[in-house]
Amino acid sequence: MSALTAGTELAPQEFVVRRSDLVAYADASGDQNPIHQDEAIAQLVGLPGVIAHGMYTMALAARAVATWTDDAEVVEIGCKFTAPVVVPAEGGATVRIAGVVKSVADGRATIALDVTCAGEKVLGAPKAVVRVG
Amino acid sequence: MPIDSSLIGREFPPTPPLVVTAAEVTSFASATGSETRRVPATFPIVVTFRALLGFLEAEQVELARIVHGEQRFTYERPIVIGDELSATLSVTGLRQIEGTDILRTTSTITDAAGELVCTAGATLVHRADA
Repeated sequence: MSALTAGTELAPQEFVVRRSDLVAYADASGDQNPIHQDEAIAQLVGLPGVIAHGMYTMALAARAVATWTDDAEVVEIGCKFTAPVVVPAEGGATVRIAGVVKSVADGRATIALDVTCAGEKVLGAPKAVVRVG
Repeated sequence: MPIDSSLIGREFPPTPPLVVTAAEVTSFASATGSETRRVPATFPIVVTFRALLGFLEAEQVELARIVHGEQRFTYERPIVIGDELSATLSVTGLRQIEGTDILRTTSTITDAAGELVCTAGATLVHRADA
């Protein structure tokens, strides 16, 4: 576990997202939106191809936070979905999650995240607040 | 079809209770490779999404035309196995930009005792004509 003190940079974590993961996530979350599974429908609504659920990417961010904080209690997590994570039929897309501890006060640590895919930011202002101490 | 602006301020009926089972939490966590000992922080999307589906059905909006714009969860307490969660969705804002509707919603997630567990704020982008 990294020390949660203000200014600490947390070791980036990378995760590969495959289409089969999106199918499993659709079943687990109930979000069967076809844009996350069906290339033709994704393109029909103007997307470049099958995209990961935004919540899939946020779940990866939460996973990274859990690893960094030794499973601290999350009191807040949120982001904007600013660019899609396009998941090709073969192989997958690699999502990279970096973070820095912005502040630690009143028993809470605020972690600012930086979430990218192929060098492009995919989440806007992603942030998690966890209970510490 | 643009979404009706009279929706702002409207609250939709609460979802039927979702019982948080170990099996459900495991399947949610394993889909994203999570090995947390806790219920994953984004798990309340399961009940939030049910509220969203109820809303889309009531308004006859096609799910494939919805893209998630923003999501935020603020917790009052951690979710635990055995919780019975229900989400109540309200539309808190709506604006239109060139045929795209941008809807803001807030879902309050309560337990069997009616106590607030988590508040889920979401922005949904409705792509009417692609």
